[in-house]
Amino acid sequence: MITTDICVIGAGPVGLFAIFEAGLLKLRCHLIDVLPQVGGQLSEIYPKKPIYDIPGFPEVLAQDLIDNLMKQAEPFKPTFTLGERADEIERQEDDSFITTTSDGTKVHSKVICIAGGLGCFEPRKPAIEDLEKFEGKGITYMIKDPEMFRDKKVILAGGGDSALDWTMYLADVASELTLIHRNSSFRGAPDSAAKVMALAESGKINVLLNSNLTKVHGNGSLQEVSVVDKDKNAYQMDTDYLVPLFGLSPKLGPLENWGLEIENGALVVNTKDFETNVPGIYAIGDINTYPGKLKLILSGFHEAALMSHGAYRRIFPDKVLNLKYTTVNGVQAF
Amino acid sequence: MENVITVFVEEEDGSRTPIEVPTDMGLSLMEVLKGSDYPIDATCGGMALCATCHVAVIHDPGLHEAQDAELDMLDMVPNLTDISRLSCQIRPENAFDGLVVKILGDH
Repeated sequence: MITTDICVIGAGPVGLFAIFEAGLLKLRCHLIDVLPQVGGQLSEIYPKKPIYDIPGFPEVLAQDLIDNLMKQAEPFKPTFTLGERADEIERQEDDSFITTTSDGTKVHSKVICIAGGLGCFEPRKPAIEDLEKFEGKGITYMIKDPEMFRDKKVILAGGGDSALDWTMYLADVASELTLIHRNSSFRGAPDSAAKVMALAESGKINVLLNSNLTKVHGNGSLQEVSVVDKDKNAYQMDTDYLVPLFGLSPKLGPLENWGLEIENGALVVNTKDFETNVPGIYAIGDINTYPGKLKLILSGFHEAALMSHGAYRRIFPDKVLNLKYTTVNGVQAF
Repeated sequence: MENVITVFVEEEDGSRTPIEVPTDMGLSLMEVLKGSDYPIDATCGGMALCATCHVAVIHDPGLHEAQDAELDMLDMVPNLTDISRLSCQIRPENAFDGLVVKILGDH
């Protein structure tokens, strides 16, 4: 069991800045994020995009902002559980919490701060009947361990960079590899597209263009998929695995079941310390809502500071908390 | 009215809801739809990077063709149609009066 003061759910810019603000008050943070890396949508969706409204930075690339926030948080020795989704929260008798992730990791904390942005990034799923029936039984949307495909028949669907990258990688791993793409060409990196087409020409892999997956079949586990091409020719293909790669999309996810007040897909908080209707659970950044809320990173930074002070008052109700300035006191590392 | 056009949103039941859209405020169609309380997350804020504002253009009065960034993103949408666009990339102009869209989202 991991023990910490604040369990921060979401490792985007606001969650990362919470480490710093909490750290100034000598509170430790453990962060959980469903993505395999920190940075939230900045790293996942637009790492190379410039941001122009961070105070003091006329222009900063999204990934650079994340890198700097990590550097700023470093003195406070944050710990992370990445690639796992926070699934359940249980309040303990002493009003502390245990958060359990999708992989069974448990984090015991005095308070919880949800900095979940727009929610958990989950794979976009094609609208195919019975797809969910075979999830984990031949259908997977994220490749965590490519070795599971060794000497297996694998079908990838999609035409973006990740479909192309995995096609190149798995060409040497799978016994039979097919890439299905609904368009006549790939819009991913031209280099990768050329390599994939060369692999197809050499007969090492199959590439089906202008084709769509229509059905999945199997008895318990996936055995066959149906494909239709643009001339409406339908055929079936045997396979061990199907990996649809259509990118990620955010969903509110399990926190819908945590007893928190939700309004238009956001968590309702007070503006004193951004606590939700559940004492000890705070929400900051894009995931919260209150009168006048602006979904800006800078608003989230402000909320992180006030949340940290609220958390401190809750954890140490008898202690006096004075605001200290880093210019006077510096940053006292743990 | 000058610099205001009517865009219709086709609802699930096939009815069409008219929305008055200003063409001189620099708003994208996504922002207008969101402002009219249609359930669009607009995760990326309008950078053609998330597809949550995916629409089908049912009647096209002459929209500009999609640029590379939009086509790249559309390529990732499982529920793509032949008339798919990202509403964040459509900047309403006076010539687009009568546009009809249906909100599809990204899954």
